[in-house]
Amino acid sequence: MKRVLLYVGLALAAATFVYPFVWMLAATFKPPLESGTLSIIPDNPTFDNYRAMWDRAPVGRALLNSLAVATTITIAVLVTSSITAYAMTRLEFGLKKVALAVNVAVLLIPGQLTLIPNYALIVKLGWVDSYAALIVPFVFNSTAILILRQFFQQIPKSLVDSARLDGMSELRILFTLFWPLSRPALATVGLVTFMGSWNEVLWPLLVVRQQTKMTMPQLLTVFTLGGGAGQLGVQLAAAMVLIVPIVVAYGFLQRYFIESMAGAGVKG
Amino acid sequence: MTTETTHHGPKGGSLFVMPYLVFLGVFSALPVLASIVMVFLRWDMVTPPEFIGAGNLTHLASDARFWQAVVNTLVFLAIHVPLQVVVALGLAVALDRELALRSFWRAAFFLPVVISGAAVTILWNSLYATDVGLLNRMLAKVALGPVPWLTDPAIAMPAIAIMVTWKNVGFYVVIYLAGLQYVPRSCYEAIEIDGATAWQRFRHVTLPLVKPQTIAVVTLSTINGFQLFIEPYIMTGGGPLRRTLSITLYMYKNAFSYQKMGYAATLGLALALIIFIVLMLQRKILGTEES
Repeated sequence: MKRVLLYVGLALAAATFVYPFVWMLAATFKPPLESGTLSIIPDNPTFDNYRAMWDRAPVGRALLNSLAVATTITIAVLVTSSITAYAMTRLEFGLKKVALAVNVAVLLIPGQLTLIPNYALIVKLGWVDSYAALIVPFVFNSTAILILRQFFQQIPKSLVDSARLDGMSELRILFTLFWPLSRPALATVGLVTFMGSWNEVLWPLLVVRQQTKMTMPQLLTVFTLGGGAGQLGVQLAAAMVLIVPIVVAYGFLQRYFIESMAGAGVKG
Repeated sequence: MTTETTHHGPKGGSLFVMPYLVFLGVFSALPVLASIVMVFLRWDMVTPPEFIGAGNLTHLASDARFWQAVVNTLVFLAIHVPLQVVVALGLAVALDRELALRSFWRAAFFLPVVISGAAVTILWNSLYATDVGLLNRMLAKVALGPVPWLTDPAIAMPAIAIMVTWKNVGFYVVIYLAGLQYVPRSCYEAIEIDGATAWQRFRHVTLPLVKPQTIAVVTLSTINGFQLFIEPYIMTGGGPLRRTLSITLYMYKNAFSYQKMGYAATLGLALALIIFIVLMLQRKILGTEES
């Protein structure tokens, strides 16, 4: 009996988190008069919402922008944080102790403190409405460096020593020996970085004004607030475009998403 | 020195680390210094900055909107953080046993975590709509409501706090599950022999043992809560009666809409100070990780 109650409770809880998205998906296929109904099967299914959204906002362009920005940042962070973490764990240099401490200390600076001066910097550099503004401030990531540092530390020293005796360069050791051994850590860093960039909205709202340079979360926000969306179904259709790629990926890689995001202590 | 080198590895690391340090100099150190300088400036980024002494600080002290934003943000946290702890721990305890479909439940709770805050906000906008919203339609089925979720000044911020809790709770469930995993079964067995009720078991065994996780959940949801921006930006624009104006939203408006860069930087500095104070107070109340 207790068991049954537990499962009923879990099912109700799960429905609380899942049903709104299912309802939302259904609502995007409902005509305006029907859009507020509770049912998850539209009586008169229609593509009008998606057609209207596509006509009124450069959604395709925004999706491509999001994809390009998030992919570039992810690749950049994988490379830059690997190189930095490798130096911090396997190479010698002056001020090493300072660099190690700084890597941790910068994580304590609240983002709101640097936000406004960074925005001013972008304006002064003439980078408003450029991809550089969306990408460059994110090409290094201190959390990513910390995660890789912890992972690289566990790789046996003997492996590096023998590679060096064979005359391998440090970069080659990093990319041909360390990378294959560090797949779980690299996957975590890659996934968390991509998600962070894909979902970011405050920064684009500051540095981008031109619709053609907007990423999807920003376009969605501007489109909804500007009244361009009009009916509920159209707004939800635009939101759906942002959600679907992530939910599909999540469907296949749930465990990866959950363990990476919770492990890195970062939310999307 | 030579022994050091052979022990730890070759030199040349500075070349590898330099780009990171330069990056931090430009996008972290410089902005922190700049924000302190900007406190003393009036600057619209078009005309040259003008030195105004403590002008921004005196304005801050008497700015009713700023203090309203501080109160709003603290109200948000006072609802969001405890709710987050209770719901996350409750769901985690429910999941911490032999269960059919265990990973399915966890994945369902985690679903909103992976979805963009902007999309979640637009979804909840339609759940919260007074006339056609899903929630009020459900309430109408049991002859309740309609509740003016986002248009009543007293309800709007609690409504936003509930939404943010819903969005993030799966993340904190996973943190608690990781902690519960290390609670030894023998602890439960010992107390069961003493004839303890389920509540006593939870209160005296589970709760003290997950204290490190509780501290993590409180700290992370507080830091995250101070970033409250896109939800009121989309849903209410800070209204009704400015009751959902968060500090971050007010900062954004000053920088982007009013071009008051000096004042926006002052707000950023004030916010950093407030975050620091609140985290310190929480630490004091919760104590250290060892219970």
